[in-house]
Amino acid sequence: MTDHTLVATGLSAGYDGKEILQGLDLAIPSGRITVVVGANACGKSTFLRTLSRLLAPTKGHVLLDGASIHRMPARQLARTLGLLPQAPIAPEGITVVDLVSRGRHPHKSLFSRWTRGDDEAVDGALAATKTFDLAERPVDELSGGQRQRVWIAMALAQETDILLLDEPTTFLDINHQIDVLDLLTDLNRERGTTIVMVLHDLNLAARYADALVAMAGGRIHAFGTPEEVLTEDMVRKVFGLESRVISDPLSRRPMMLPIGRHKMAGNEAA
Amino acid sequence: MQPTIERLALNRRRRTRRHRTAVLTLLILVGLLFGLTLSVGQSIVAPVDVLRILIGEPVAGASFTVGQLRLPRAGLAVLSGLCFGLGGAAFQIMLRNPLASPDIIGITSGAGAAAVFAIVVLQMSGPMVSLLAVGAGLGVAMLVYGLSFRNGVGGTRLILVGIGVSAMLQSVIATILSTAPSWSLQEAMRWLTGSVNGAQSQQALPLLLALGVFGGVLLSRARDLDALRLGDDTASALGVRVAQTRMVVIVCAVGMIAVATAVTGPIAFVAFLSGPIAARIVRANGSLLLPAALVGAILVLAGDYLGQVLLPSRYPVGVITGALGAPYLLFLIVRVNRTGGSL
Repeated sequence: MTDHTLVATGLSAGYDGKEILQGLDLAIPSGRITVVVGANACGKSTFLRTLSRLLAPTKGHVLLDGASIHRMPARQLARTLGLLPQAPIAPEGITVVDLVSRGRHPHKSLFSRWTRGDDEAVDGALAATKTFDLAERPVDELSGGQRQRVWIAMALAQETDILLLDEPTTFLDINHQIDVLDLLTDLNRERGTTIVMVLHDLNLAARYADALVAMAGGRIHAFGTPEEVLTEDMVRKVFGLESRVISDPLSRRPMMLPIGRHKMAGNEAA
Repeated sequence: MQPTIERLALNRRRRTRRHRTAVLTLLILVGLLFGLTLSVGQSIVAPVDVLRILIGEPVAGASFTVGQLRLPRAGLAVLSGLCFGLGGAAFQIMLRNPLASPDIIGITSGAGAAAVFAIVVLQMSGPMVSLLAVGAGLGVAMLVYGLSFRNGVGGTRLILVGIGVSAMLQSVIATILSTAPSWSLQEAMRWLTGSVNGAQSQQALPLLLALGVFGGVLLSRARDLDALRLGDDTASALGVRVAQTRMVVIVCAVGMIAVATAVTGPIAFVAFLSGPIAARIVRANGSLLLPAALVGAILVLAGDYLGQVLLPSRYPVGVITGALGAPYLLFLIVRVNRTGGSL
């Protein structure tokens, strides 16, 4: 696993002339798990899309090892930086192994044949995500949790040192959410893959992140360890919510308990 | 880990073999139908004599029928079928929808309208007609694309806009035909449903060119095109230049469809049917493009043979393929409406 630097400098981007990211600076820690959190429409998806070149910045740059990713050959970039979009589309009837094999696309040119190395990459991806037994099944027959593992397997077969994921746990039951996050942690520990992901759940973000990014209004509001970032003050400013932050007894990471108008002990009969 | 990886490799080789077998079978079918068209018609010419004529030897009583009538007809059927099948499947794959075929979304009618206008009104012929048809096809593609653009191109919107544009262009064709003086019914049928009647061997040239240039480029981009089926974002993450690939596919597919339409007229539903039929045959075993092209050739050859020889009265090929395609179109509309399915 080679070390890479992935840096956003003065990054602005948006849709239809509306700027959503407003001059954002961030250096992604190499070999770590970075989790981006923030309220809806704060620009976290836009940030991930710009970081992975799905969206061209209006100002600023994304630099991979010092070179702008928007000027790099697409295939070359795809061998270093992978992305799992929020709602990927599986063609009707495609089998798991076929889908996972698509991850080899950036490693193939027009005339190159399928190699032993490609088989090994696909095999490794299926094994790591425990989807080997599903290999010949059509993707559209799988459960949501299984399907997400298959998509992650495809990204693994791509063998990139950096992997970006846009809300990989959305629509999953809580057991499958933990499953996916454990799997990504394995990947980070065993292969040293740099992981950047957007998560909705603050407490899961704090538990699994090495570095936490809180975004608000298209800018970085706070960046640091979960202990530094997940504070009552941050939750108030970023989400407009009063809360209590305690230490999670299982992980010793910070854990946020929201304060609402109802059902608070001592405030009314539960 | 060894045994599992062997299993993977084995299954993959099996899929490759199946794909190869499917392509080979389709190729043989094309050959058989081609031979059938040459040898069995109103008169029967022995296969040996057909071969002799093909290599240039004169055969009394058959040289004209086979060499001048049947050969151009069968050749044109194969070439136009390849163009329609390949172009149609490329569109369906790119837009992830079997209804997004060039003959449904108006590209074929655009090319057809331009060709009719050029021939009937401007009295043009030959390569200029093909060029005009390609230009009009591209124009209609851009128009449909532009009209259905709203924060990206939505599949259903594009198809509905295309059907509307197609209907307008069909009426343009009908209007030109009805105002044209002394226009034979047979020629009119060519522009309404497509036909290979009165085929001449020099008509093969533009088709061969289109297949060589546009078809070659399309096949060389098969992998990128296939990656587009995973959605633009995933394809892009896999290193596909999505916008560029889409542009190349549109130009090549429209080029082939338009050239074929300028020669044979809009042979109904061949572009629309070839991809889905090929998909049933090759399943998930490999690229759809080549099988779809061959299925296109089979449809046109078989449709023409059916209309000329097997039915009691003669019909142009487009009538036959149209009769086959219409029920399938209904079926798809009902099914897509329910599931939003893709190719």
